[in-house]
Amino acid sequence: MNIVVNGEQVNCDDDLTVSKLLIEQKVKMPEMVSVEINGKILKRTEFEQTLLKDDDKVEFLYFMGGGRWA
Amino acid sequence: MKIPVDIFEQMVAQARAEAPIEACGILAGSNNRVEKLYKMTNAEKRSDHFMMEPAEQFKVVKDIRSSGLEMLAIFHSHPATPTRPSAEDIRLALTLDVTYVIVSLENRDHPAVKGFLLENGRVTEVPVRIVEQ
Repeated sequence: MNIVVNGEQVNCDDDLTVSKLLIEQKVKMPEMVSVEINGKILKRTEFEQTLLKDDDKVEFLYFMGGGRWA
Repeated sequence: MKIPVDIFEQMVAQARAEAPIEACGILAGSNNRVEKLYKMTNAEKRSDHFMMEPAEQFKVVKDIRSSGLEMLAIFHSHPATPTRPSAEDIRLALTLDVTYVIVSLENRDHPAVKGFLLENGRVTEVPVRIVEQ
C-alpha cells in the first residue's frame, strides 16, 4: 500500500502498525515522538495496535522542549 | 544563520512579554536565512522549562512545508540566565538538522542571542548574525 509520511510518498507492507513504521523510519526514541494520522493525534498507547491504511497521511515529530542553564 | 532584525525584535518582544515563563518558537526560512517566526505556546508555562504543544507543532511543520521553506531553528528564551544550553536543552534536542537558538534576557536591556547544534550530547556553536531586511 501507499501512505504519505511527513509529506513523502512511502510504499509499505499492508500490515504496518505505527510502531513498525517508526522503526522503519529509524526513529531512535519513539517514546519522545508525537504521531498524527489524517489530522488526528494518536495516544502513545495506540502506536502498537494502530494499523495503517492505504492513502493514510502520517506525520511524526519529536517533542520540542528544553530548560534553562543552572 | 542570518536572522533579519525585525524577526529578532519579534523574538525578543515575545521573550519579554512571556517572562518569567520561557518563550519558544520555530524559525523557518531558506538558504540559512530566517524568513518567518512561528510563536509557539510553552505548554508547561514554567520559568525553567519549555515544551511545545504537539498540535501546534504539526500545524507549523505542515505550513512550513506548504510554503516551500525549511525549519531552520527551534528557539527558546532564558528569562534570567545566559545563552548557554542547559543539560535539559541538550537532552531534549531530538530534532536533527536544526539550529537551537537561545535568547537570553539575563541583561534585560541588552538581550543576547546564540545558536547551537546539539547532537548526541555535543554542543557546537553556530554563528548567528542579525541582518537588515
